[in-house]
Amino acid sequence: MPRQLIKGNEAVVKGAILAGCRFFFGYPITPASEIAEAAAYYMPLAGGTFLQAESEIASINMVYGAASGGVRAMTASSSPGISLKQEGISYCAGSELPLVVIDIMRGGPGLGNIAPEQSDYNQMVKGGGHGNYKLLVLAPNSAQEMCDLTMLAFELADMYQNPAVVLADGFVGQMMEPVKFPQPVKKLEDKPWAIHADKDDEFRLISSIQLEPEILEQHNRHLQAKYARAEQQEVRFEEYQAEDAELILVGYGVVSRILYSAVDNLRAEGLQVGLHRPISLWPFPKRRIAQLAETVDAFLAVELSNGQMVDDVRLAVNGARPVHFYNRMGGMVPSPEEISDHVKKILKA
Amino acid sequence: MSDKKLGKAGCFYDIYERSATANKDVTHYCPGCGHGVLHKLIAEAIDDFGIREKTILISPVGCSVFAYYYFRVGNIQCAHGRAPAVATGIKRVYPQSIVISYQGDGDLAAIGGNNILQAANRGENITVFFVNNAIYGMTGGQMAPTTLIGQKTTTTPRGRSQINEGYPMKIAELFSALEAPVYIERVALTDPKNTNKVRRAVRKALKTQMENKGFSLVEVLSACPSGWKMSSVQAKEWIDEAMVKHFPLGVFKDRTEEVQPSEAKRHVFNADDLHKKLDIPQNIQASREIRRTASSNIGQNARIIIAGFGGQGILLLGVGLAQAGMQAGYQVSWIPSYGPEMRGGTANCHVNLSDKRIGSPIVSKPDVLIVMNLPSLDKFEDCVQAGGLIVYDTSLIKKSPRRMDVSALGIPATEIADELGNARVANMVMLGALIAETSIIDKEVVFDALPDFIKRKNLISLNKQAIEKGIEFADSLVSVA
Amino acid sequence: MADDNGLIKAKVVVNEDECKGCELCISACPEKVLFLQKHFNRLGYHPAGYTGDGCTGCGYCFYQCPEPGAITVFKKGYIEMEVC
Repeated sequence: MPRQLIKGNEAVVKGAILAGCRFFFGYPITPASEIAEAAAYYMPLAGGTFLQAESEIASINMVYGAASGGVRAMTASSSPGISLKQEGISYCAGSELPLVVIDIMRGGPGLGNIAPEQSDYNQMVKGGGHGNYKLLVLAPNSAQEMCDLTMLAFELADMYQNPAVVLADGFVGQMMEPVKFPQPVKKLEDKPWAIHADKDDEFRLISSIQLEPEILEQHNRHLQAKYARAEQQEVRFEEYQAEDAELILVGYGVVSRILYSAVDNLRAEGLQVGLHRPISLWPFPKRRIAQLAETVDAFLAVELSNGQMVDDVRLAVNGARPVHFYNRMGGMVPSPEEISDHVKKILKA
Repeated sequence: MSDKKLGKAGCFYDIYERSATANKDVTHYCPGCGHGVLHKLIAEAIDDFGIREKTILISPVGCSVFAYYYFRVGNIQCAHGRAPAVATGIKRVYPQSIVISYQGDGDLAAIGGNNILQAANRGENITVFFVNNAIYGMTGGQMAPTTLIGQKTTTTPRGRSQINEGYPMKIAELFSALEAPVYIERVALTDPKNTNKVRRAVRKALKTQMENKGFSLVEVLSACPSGWKMSSVQAKEWIDEAMVKHFPLGVFKDRTEEVQPSEAKRHVFNADDLHKKLDIPQNIQASREIRRTASSNIGQNARIIIAGFGGQGILLLGVGLAQAGMQAGYQVSWIPSYGPEMRGGTANCHVNLSDKRIGSPIVSKPDVLIVMNLPSLDKFEDCVQAGGLIVYDTSLIKKSPRRMDVSALGIPATEIADELGNARVANMVMLGALIAETSIIDKEVVFDALPDFIKRKNLISLNKQAIEKGIEFADSLVSVA
Repeated sequence: MADDNGLIKAKVVVNEDECKGCELCISACPEKVLFLQKHFNRLGYHPAGYTGDGCTGCGYCFYQCPEPGAITVFKKGYIEMEVC
């Protein structure tokens, strides 16, 4: 299969369509707009629907409606827009609707800027809306993974009847790289719970309201059991030079790409440094990190944020080893050399 | 229903199993509430039209959030105010279905104002029943956008004042100013005569959707005896006496006669020929492995920054390099600076061509710097790797790079391009100079790649000429040297 | 209950268990043949009742009543079999 040089944002749309998604509801925002633009172009060609909604709030609710109908549906935005979608995402989780949300993160807080940041970790991984819920969160670091993880997100969403998120930074969205596109999903499973506009509908209801405390508790226990299953089965990560590492760098998204280079540089200098890159941010690879903590001397978490993922690293390490932190914000991105220098400082100390 | 019997509609469940109340054979509505009557009229119409199986009812927040307890149809309960968006979503999936958005005044006119406005403006083929009872019933009698001036509510304890809260919102009038809606009427659930008008409006609105004519909205003035603290009979009188004065009844828009009925096409999932539809390359592209000469210091892992003014084709130059690099068998990446600065300010992009997996796609210490204006030279010159290369456009940069530890190639790219008849292909002149100087990619591979990044076919030969000129110029310098 | 022509007379049947005593049916009845009963139903309301004579089957009460199943109106000419 030939490769195509393509932007991450566009690879998301092609991946989504290959995964059987035919409904896209979105709203423009830099640096995610190419997703809506590509969806506007390709969805109709694939026999699907693209609609530019009046707001992020509307677009997630349109997806709520479409997903209620049992089809694969999606929306995409960037940080401020994701904040607006949180109400709808909570309803989707409460109503157990499978759908995919793409977040191409940018600088915040407030209007911030349009440069890449990783400042939405908390609002996506920890559940940014109200109530007890989790989202399945995947963090690509290449255009290829923008396609592959979008496809996976649709699978996971259906499997767990829960919203799944592709959480990427502005760089991964804007970057062009060669992508090999897989074969399309040819047939989608019927969803017996969905509204189909046919005679079975009279027994079907999509709802997140449970007035009875006992019933709502039961519903929450059911959700938690589902999340526990995901924590067992859906942890994904990648490691590089981690086997004999004394210090493990931890980073996701574009940061992990920078960390590969840093590891190469440091290894060239004879330093035993490796990389752990979470691919699923939720469920977070906490067991693996705890395992690493048994053999390595220290961790260094690197983020394009004030330190959001580092909390999960610290929880996983649970005080067994020092967890250092290095970050840039506002669209500033560390160079591999900058990381290497910081690592050397830690190792010397 | 037999025309000789008026009784409970088949569209209602016999027993309301989903109800959280003890008595599952009565509604949760207060005595005298208008919702129940409107429910009955809708249920009767659904039965009479034989559309129960394809009807989807959306219940957002409000007293009618529990409408799904009662209607034997497909039910979706959703967030406050968002019913029109949810309705849009499901209607796009099932265009042949009948989608009803059942909303109260707080839901439709306050929190969901934009959602309903935009759904109406798009002319979504849905039916909206808007229950205006001038108050928030569910939360205990607070002010609604439709609360009358002087009307006391728990949040307007001294009565609504136009100075503080503004005037009651006239939804039917407001929405009839839009072009798309097909049918908008305001009716009142009061005496039998008015109630019969409600019945007709409900049926007309559903019929409009069944014929795929478009958006309809029926505003129903409806009693909330509990919220108004009146008896049921007084409440109806108050609608006639007070509400109708501010909210006159009548048809505000009716294009049902002029709009042609159409047939809704069912969405059919089809995954045939998807790669073709998605412009995914079908065949292996002409890929020429090139012999990379050792004629320059640029090895097999080139980290490149390209910079200049927005409009000089800086990003396209990078894309071309990445595209050709990919076809030449390299691992490649391209990252732009993006956003407002693209439009008239400075632009830059980072390209990696490598034999190995590319780590950081962001280039902090370039092996090659290609610059097409002075600010870019000033900005990036210092970060070029020792032994690296700077290619710069001497048409626009009237000074030489300061660095003595890098090679520099100056080329009057913009002037050369201008001579070719279009200064905008200066970027390709630069590309030609780069590949000649570094042998990083064979020119035939670049030519093969041209159609992949120059979308306008009629410009391909001009771009090719520009690349040739760049190569010629760079080669001439080598031969002189 | 057949009239002179042999057709079943119109009548209104109130399902007392589902009546919330709002009186809208009573106020709408042109024949004034509905009334509020003295006793309480299981919901704690005085339910509406039919005097047993004079209903014309106009259906006003049915369309005033907010409860889906509280009032059933049988119009003149209604065939008893349909009740089964």
